[in-house]
Amino acid sequence: MMDITKIRADFPILNQQLYGKPLVYLDNAATTQKPQSVIDAITHYYECDNANVHRGVHALSERATADYEGARKIIAGFFNARSEREVIFTRGTTEAINLIASSWGGANIRAGDEVVITHMEHHSNIVPWQMLCKHVGATLKVAPINDAGELIIEDFDALLSERTKLVAVVHMSNALGTINPIEHIIEKAHAVGAKVLIDGAQAAAHLAVDVQALDCDFYVTSAHKMYGPTGIGVLIGKEAILDAMPPYQGGGDMIRMVTFEKTEYNDLPYKFEAGTPHISGAIGFGKAIEYIQGIGFEAIAKREQELLAYATARANGFDGLRQIGTAREKACVLSFVLDSVHPHDLGTIVDREGVAIRAGHHCAMPVMQFFKVPATARASFSIYNTEAEVDVLFNALKKAQDIFA
Amino acid sequence: MFDLRDLYLQVIVDHNKAPRNFGVLKDYNHDADGYNPLCGDKLHVYVHVNSEEIIEDISFEGEGCAISVASASLMTETLKGKPISDFPDSFESFQHMVTSDINEEPDEEKLGKLAVLAGVREFPSRIKCAVLCWHTLKSAVEDSHEVAKTE
Repeated sequence: MMDITKIRADFPILNQQLYGKPLVYLDNAATTQKPQSVIDAITHYYECDNANVHRGVHALSERATADYEGARKIIAGFFNARSEREVIFTRGTTEAINLIASSWGGANIRAGDEVVITHMEHHSNIVPWQMLCKHVGATLKVAPINDAGELIIEDFDALLSERTKLVAVVHMSNALGTINPIEHIIEKAHAVGAKVLIDGAQAAAHLAVDVQALDCDFYVTSAHKMYGPTGIGVLIGKEAILDAMPPYQGGGDMIRMVTFEKTEYNDLPYKFEAGTPHISGAIGFGKAIEYIQGIGFEAIAKREQELLAYATARANGFDGLRQIGTAREKACVLSFVLDSVHPHDLGTIVDREGVAIRAGHHCAMPVMQFFKVPATARASFSIYNTEAEVDVLFNALKKAQDIFA
Repeated sequence: MFDLRDLYLQVIVDHNKAPRNFGVLKDYNHDADGYNPLCGDKLHVYVHVNSEEIIEDISFEGEGCAISVASASLMTETLKGKPISDFPDSFESFQHMVTSDINEEPDEEKLGKLAVLAGVREFPSRIKCAVLCWHTLKSAVEDSHEVAKTE
């Protein structure tokens, strides 16, 4: 049994009022709040250990390097990477995908090849592939979804062929909450010789991920959606694939030896980490993962499913509300439109009740186009949310309806 | 405390529910598109300026939030029958009202009904909704053929 009061006390930001009302933070799919342990680790780094990593011989640099590499070790363990060489720090999911598109894609995707994505991708898993395909003359194929917001598996399977070089799929949709059957996707893609990238930006705080069991070629995610800081994320890739890839950016730290004639690149993972990294971010990311591990995915999944079930039941009983995204396998996201209130008006109105939700296209415009809505309102839940907060949301929705009645 | 009712005044709710001058004009000599892709608000404005340089008729169609629809409705209602030469001044007055300091009283004499939208100042992320129709009309009367946007 999870002690929600104790968990809430770990997140100092939750203890505040907006417009004289308690903050109800239901925009966790955009970014989660940060526990005190993460905030303290970042503060401690700047107060006590700040130095550049991997070069100094002085004590601070040794400490900073140890903590930075310690975070990499924590992340490797969390995702069950084969080694820390497979764990590359990036600015976030978006940069990780761009790294793969530019480096791996540039070296491996040719004219006539195909890249397969799904209709529920975030823009960050669409645009880099469009750019790459346009550049090399490859084709982007989009696997369709059904009215519940689920991938149509037969249609996905049918898109695969020997021309497919990469399948890039979201693990959990940020706009719909849908959890994709990535085990099936990876198996089918590998059967035609394609590599697989899983976009775990939304999933990694909610679902246990074992990259070895999944056998995915690339798994990418962002710290800030899993209680860590912004500006840091990770690319976990198979070592043999990463080893064969050309560097993404050139600069310090990614080299072993430089002359004007030639440069010898550094080993993994440093080959892909040019420049001074986001050291405090990585350290905070490591702490955030330890926070998740301290609660455990079994308890997290059980609690979040309870909360989603409660919110879904309230939504089903709410007149004039249409849910967008009703997949059988989903987590933590309630996306919806109201008959009489535009999502942006709704966002403004519930904000004045202290409730933070997202109104918009959620960086997934093709999903909006599929459901023929300009935008949706989205409440997304986390381990620190309560049923009482869900009630506050629905009372605020009622108030919005009353204003427009 | 600024109240929500100051943004969603009854008159704004009414104009959203039953927008005035909504639809395509049969005869028009200026028109333009307005589109804020990030929020999805979409407008098309039609204007008929007659030989005496009077806005003889004006209309809009499209979809958007209550603020953008009500603002377009109020704009068309206010400008219909006015000389086109008044438009730049009206544009400036409206723009000033929605971006001015919250303590500055809107010039009701100049703005008339449009003053009901003064509340949008308190909601910075929503100002772009209120001004989209004005920028679209500007695009139309200047025959710029550019899609107006305010994001």
